[in-house]
Amino acid sequence: MLRPTASLIAIALLATPVAAQAPLPFEPRSGRDFMAPETQAMQADDASNPGMLWVLQGAELWDRKAGRSNQSCAGCHGEAASMRGVAARYPALDPASGKPIDLAGRINQCRAERQDAPSLARESDEMLALATFVAHQSRGLPIAPPTEPGLDPFRETGRQIFTTRMGQLDLACANCHDDHWQGRLAGSAVTQAHPTAYPIYRLEWQGVGSLQRRMRNCMVGVRAQPFAAGSDELVALELYLMQRAAGMALETPGVRP
Amino acid sequence: MRRPAVGACAALALVCGQQGLVRAEDRITRELASYIVSDDAIDGPLAGQRGDPALGQALIAERHRSLCILCHGAPSIAVPLQGTLAPSLAGIGSRLSEAQIRLRIVDMKRLNPDSLMPSYYVVREGVRVAPDWQGKPLLEAAEIEHLVAYLVTLKE
Ligand code: HEC
Ligand code: HEC
Repeated sequence: MLRPTASLIAIALLATPVAAQAPLPFEPRSGRDFMAPETQAMQADDASNPGMLWVLQGAELWDRKAGRSNQSCAGCHGEAASMRGVAARYPALDPASGKPIDLAGRINQCRAERQDAPSLARESDEMLALATFVAHQSRGLPIAPPTEPGLDPFRETGRQIFTTRMGQLDLACANCHDDHWQGRLAGSAVTQAHPTAYPIYRLEWQGVGSLQRRMRNCMVGVRAQPFAAGSDELVALELYLMQRAAGMALETPGVRP
Repeated sequence: MRRPAVGACAALALVCGQQGLVRAEDRITRELASYIVSDDAIDGPLAGQRGDPALGQALIAERHRSLCILCHGAPSIAVPLQGTLAPSLAGIGSRLSEAQIRLRIVDMKRLNPDSLMPSYYVVREGVRVAPDWQGKPLLEAAEIEHLVAYLVTLKE
């Protein structure tokens, strides 16, 4: 029987005390649904989606030996299929630090600890290619954030940042993405800020970029000092956004205006 | 008030030996022209100087500077570039008086603390204001008067 299971899950969700898991005030909609039909078509067709170039480059890097250990990612993990589902549950709790770590952080951890290779800058082509390749393995899977209670305080931090006004314009992420997601800021659809498609190919960037880069852009937009790439604050925001998007399908590589 | 002096000393201590005194000076909040709010309006022009409607129209179109059309529509702006997060400014001169428009640009949050609209002639020590913008209002008094002079001409 499906019914009892579904309602049990619903009760479990409702019983969770953390505000970060409160239901959203709207039906979740991916940023893709707000785009012009041409841009949607560009994302949908692998032959025209420019993000696929990063997936291809990532596939090469996956097999390439690196670092003093002379190990490739494939050397430890085998086929790319082993990565199916991974991006859907990141950021995850890193047992060593007791803190959440995002996918780019985890890739650099593997480089440091397993490959003995220098870490990759977050917005470097190599990091973006590997992260896009790994996340692409989960395309179509529902976002499934880990339920460890150890993550809850970090999610709550993310929620607080999301709802705190900042910058010279004195606006919170939630002012736009919770309260005005149906509107247009100048010509751009505001959207609900779901992290469903990252890394994305952004037409404005003429390249692929991370979720953190997108969030830093919004902070610059409100004339706030953006959090540093890889900072605890940005990982907390990622964690909160993934929770908000639980159950939505991953699209990587997404295309966005 | 002695408070500002204390703040200035702290700021000086921070930059001493780094960039020198000039930066410390920059960081001290600049004096804004004072104004009097009566009901929901500011009667006199800010800094006593009326604006130029043509300059106001040009400033509205500079969306990275005035930011108005990020949120609002305005009759002089092509529709695909207009924001839809706020009421259109078309006809605003028939709906509101010059003095009411002035207060709404200067400090909308005085009327609606939860407003989306930033307060343009207020300097608050907000959260994480980027260094380039610290201690500065969004627009200068003269620029706000140009906008007011233009908006009163928008009659329906
Ligand atoms: C003043 C309005 C505004 C604020 C405040 C704002 N954003 Fe955005 N955000 C936008 C707009 C508009 C877009 C779409 C941009 C585009 O398509 O050019 C966007 C896009 C995004 C996206 C991409 C969604 C997708 O489909 O890929 C994310 C994620 C995001 N914002 C997160 C944030 C976070 C986190 C904050 C706060 C730190 C924030 N935003 C603050 C207006 C805002
Ligand atoms: C980030 C969004 C935003 C920006 C930028 C913005 N506004 Fe507004 N404005 C609003 C909203 C929302 C309202 C509706 C009143 C409220 O929310 O309190 C408003 C209301 C107004 C009103 C009153 C309208 C009425 O019909 O009563 C005027 C006048 C106005 N704005 C002028 C301006 C001007 C001029 C600028 C630029 C210098 C500007 N606004 C920039 C969001 C914005």
